[in-house]
Amino acid sequence: MGLAKRIIPCLDVENGRVVKGVNFVDIRDAGDPVEIAIRYNQQGADEITFLDITASHEGRDTTVHTVEKIAEQVFIPLTVGGGIRAVEDIRTMLNAGADKVSINTAAIHNPELVREAAQRFGSQCIVVAIDAKRVDDVDGKPRWEIFTHGGRKPTGIDAVAWAVRMAELGAGEILLTSMDRDGTKNGFELGVTRAISDAVEIPVIASGGVGNLDHLVEGITIGGADAVLAASIFHFGEYSVPQAKRYMAEHGVEVRL
Amino acid sequence: MSGVVAVIDYGMGNLHSVASALEHVGADKVLVTHDAELIRQADRVVFPGVGAIRDCMTEIRRLHCAQLLADALVEQHKPVLAICVGMQALMTHSEENDGVDCLDIIPGEVRYFGNPLVDDQQQRLKVPHMGWNEVRQCMPHPLWRDIPDMTRFYFVHSYYVDAVDRSLLAGSVQYGVSADAALARDNLFAVQFHPEKSHTAGLQLLRNFLEWNGQC
Repeated sequence: MGLAKRIIPCLDVENGRVVKGVNFVDIRDAGDPVEIAIRYNQQGADEITFLDITASHEGRDTTVHTVEKIAEQVFIPLTVGGGIRAVEDIRTMLNAGADKVSINTAAIHNPELVREAAQRFGSQCIVVAIDAKRVDDVDGKPRWEIFTHGGRKPTGIDAVAWAVRMAELGAGEILLTSMDRDGTKNGFELGVTRAISDAVEIPVIASGGVGNLDHLVEGITIGGADAVLAASIFHFGEYSVPQAKRYMAEHGVEVRL
Repeated sequence: MSGVVAVIDYGMGNLHSVASALEHVGADKVLVTHDAELIRQADRVVFPGVGAIRDCMTEIRRLHCAQLLADALVEQHKPVLAICVGMQALMTHSEENDGVDCLDIIPGEVRYFGNPLVDDQQQRLKVPHMGWNEVRQCMPHPLWRDIPDMTRFYFVHSYYVDAVDRSLLAGSVQYGVSADAALARDNLFAVQFHPEKSHTAGLQLLRNFLEWNGQC
């Protein structure tokens, strides 16, 4: 027995409402983020991740307020991501009550932000989010590239090499989302999960594609992830967090019950 | 009655969650402050901390936290709870940031988990040690009241405490090595994990702290 693998429900929030899209389109309303966060806290979730997909500035103020309300009532770690561009944004979210902040596109534009943030606030609160898509080499060897703009824009950056670099710059954790799988319910892209998990010393959270409880188990046992993140299977009541944990425990994964 | 709880704010990171968790479990009043007079007047003191030890120690020294802690611990004999880097700062020395001298309130070293770090089945372990791990209670203590042995608490750290005096060990955690998860000495209790992020067990520990008279 030892450190438990973590189950992390994810709230994708737009203009103060939890939404979840299939491949980031066809967005479906799932409710109030504060109520949902409290429900997952009561269910025994190990952490909660809050991804703000609101584009506007006005929406960002709503997000800060929502994070404050969640932090007052939820006593498990809370990660906030989406729209984090500068050290100031990180400070705002930490002051609002976030424990960790997830940096995505801004790290691609300015990798030094990760170093600066880790030095300033400590690696433990800096998560680097990587959105990867499979783009095989000409010889058919699997390779994954980082995409931005909800998976539409290629960057030419190799996802595994990028994860290694982010860890060197001081990231404390990697949140890896497969853009091929996100919203599909076909399971994690286990190849890239394994490749990144093996390549870095820091914990890796697998994300994108969970449709059933076997997928959660596979993310850990085959993908080598330290934590699994899922949204829609929990939001729409298909499975509860305790149900997911019991299933994982029955399949040999150490969890906090 | 918990009275006033002073959370020592030396400018490193977010103390919001410590304060709101203390309020949630019924603290009469929580002050997040580095004002020496307010801390002297408080009934209990929490010494938290996140981030890198060198920056923490710089601020701790600049704000004369050693004196604040000495007053609370020895002169006033108030209950004091140190959390995470707050616990590490109490030790003699840390290996982090190429070696940093700490407060030496509890003799001991803060060591890096090591790379590679493996468990007893030779499986590789990630660093930082991040997530929910089981704490073995090594002594009965008022702060463990209503918390079963081997309860999981939330940890996030890359360096761990190794106190010289093993009789102070109140809790231990296994992660490649046996790390000190909790130390107790008189009216001081120090934890490596984050009770404010450890759900019901963590809240229970904070509740116990609010009810503690500082005696073991």
